[in-house]
Amino acid sequence: MEEAYNSVTLDPERCKGCINCIKRCPTQAIRVRNGKAHITKEFCIDCGECVRVCPHHAKKPTYDSLERIFEFKYKVALPAPSFYGQFNNLDDVNIILRALKLYGFDDVYEVAAAAEKISQLSREYIELHKDKKPFISTACPSVTKLITIRFPNLIDHLLPFVAPVELAAAYARKQAVEKTGLSPDEIGIVFISPCPAKVAAQRNPFGLKKSNIDLVVAIEKIYPKLLPLMVKTRDDAEELSQSGRIGIGWGSSGGEAGGLLVDNYLAADGIENVINVLEGLEDQKFSDLEFIELNACSGGCVGGVLQVENPYAAKAKMKRLRKYLPVSRSHVENPSDFSDVSWNQEVEYSPVFTLGENMIDSLAKMEEAQKIYARLPGLDCGSCGAPTCKALAEDVVRGIAHEKDCIHLLKEYLHRISDDLHSI
Amino acid sequence: MSDKLRFHYEVSGEDFTRAGEASSDLKAKLKLMGASPEVVRKVAICMYEGEINMVIHACGGVIDVTISPADILLELKDVGPGIPDIEKAMQEGYSTASENIRSLGFGAGMGLSNMKKYSDEMKIDTVLGVGTTVTMRINM
Repeated sequence: MEEAYNSVTLDPERCKGCINCIKRCPTQAIRVRNGKAHITKEFCIDCGECVRVCPHHAKKPTYDSLERIFEFKYKVALPAPSFYGQFNNLDDVNIILRALKLYGFDDVYEVAAAAEKISQLSREYIELHKDKKPFISTACPSVTKLITIRFPNLIDHLLPFVAPVELAAAYARKQAVEKTGLSPDEIGIVFISPCPAKVAAQRNPFGLKKSNIDLVVAIEKIYPKLLPLMVKTRDDAEELSQSGRIGIGWGSSGGEAGGLLVDNYLAADGIENVINVLEGLEDQKFSDLEFIELNACSGGCVGGVLQVENPYAAKAKMKRLRKYLPVSRSHVENPSDFSDVSWNQEVEYSPVFTLGENMIDSLAKMEEAQKIYARLPGLDCGSCGAPTCKALAEDVVRGIAHEKDCIHLLKEYLHRISDDLHSI
Repeated sequence: MSDKLRFHYEVSGEDFTRAGEASSDLKAKLKLMGASPEVVRKVAICMYEGEINMVIHACGGVIDVTISPADILLELKDVGPGIPDIEKAMQEGYSTASENIRSLGFGAGMGLSNMKKYSDEMKIDTVLGVGTTVTMRINM
């Protein structure tokens, strides 16, 4: 990981300085200072919770604008599996894929097809590395980032594979070069993404030096453009889809784990549930698990903050869509060759939450924070701008807040002064 | 400042839903202090196993944690039934937990042996009918 990048920005005009986001941020990355929310980049895992809960729509997820696709001579769309769950009465994925071409893409490469290949390779990899069980999925970038900043003991359990979209991007570029004879940089690989975490992962990928994706666009932006085009592509005959039940299944919680065909897996979704599972894993609370699938969003990628449809409605639609598909339609030739999917860069622990510069300093700061905490009212009201009294105490020792930011302590203090004045 | 930091936790008995709370809280604190991942892991396992033991066997108890730059001391004290045969209790897989508790997935007989394995030093003081104190030291 190089410089911290985070995919959510704040519109100060819209921000009212309320406490909704600071209360819901799972890593306590947000503080309200001088009436506006501020995100500490290093703590942010790009989960999008703050975007979801902000009643004033002041949190803006970042992604590339759709118009930018036309900067490239030849452009390939990479639709996320969960994209297929956004449409009503869809009984054939080809209708969407043809509509993407009609919109302006020269070709499509389904992330679901790459996911199917990753399922196949993961099955083999897990079988060959039984000593490292349980493996934790690395498909959700928010979860992977969370593990690298908060659960260092679990880093060894991460499945050291790129996300399906990265594999899709590599294959798509190679295919496009072969097909067109253009140079690789004239080809635009465009991911149609359910969430801003994928934007952050493209700017700062895990286990990879550089992402193969050129642009990440939002499902919510391309969705209204495709609807009218889909009416036109409904009856065309062009077959573009290469994915089956397993690949499309990745779009909702349990799909990736289900595609491994193992008996003992756990699939958790929703960031609070994910954190509970990670805490339990760290305490070695669960035994005999082979695979752990974790998705930051409720329902899995269908719950992404850039989606249009209700996550559970989308899940139901995808279930219907998958029903008549073959189990799998994309395969790798050699399932024990992991070279296309393996990480080529170490994923390391970043101890961003550490209070002090060294152990002795940290210990002293922790002791100080305990003392401050004991003086605070313990209401966790958020009025000081920190999510809890404990967080305020830590902020004070970090030097970024003052004890009297607590309105209750301030009130007491003012009362005392006025009493003193009266008694003179 | 003093060179030692102390934390106190109360573990309530027969409350499986809350077992692990003390462990989680201490883990978070150790990460704030910049303890190494290995130390966090050892402490987490020792604390969690200890907490579960108190819940299953002793109607709860108290945990006192002392942290210094050199080590972490965990003192788990309960007023439970005591351990009749420590040697036996230390064996992997030996358990006196009821069927009821085993059916919940606890009581596999790995608690004390795991605590021994992950701590750098462990001492058990137990008096039948009076209670048990388990002291563990984990080096930084």
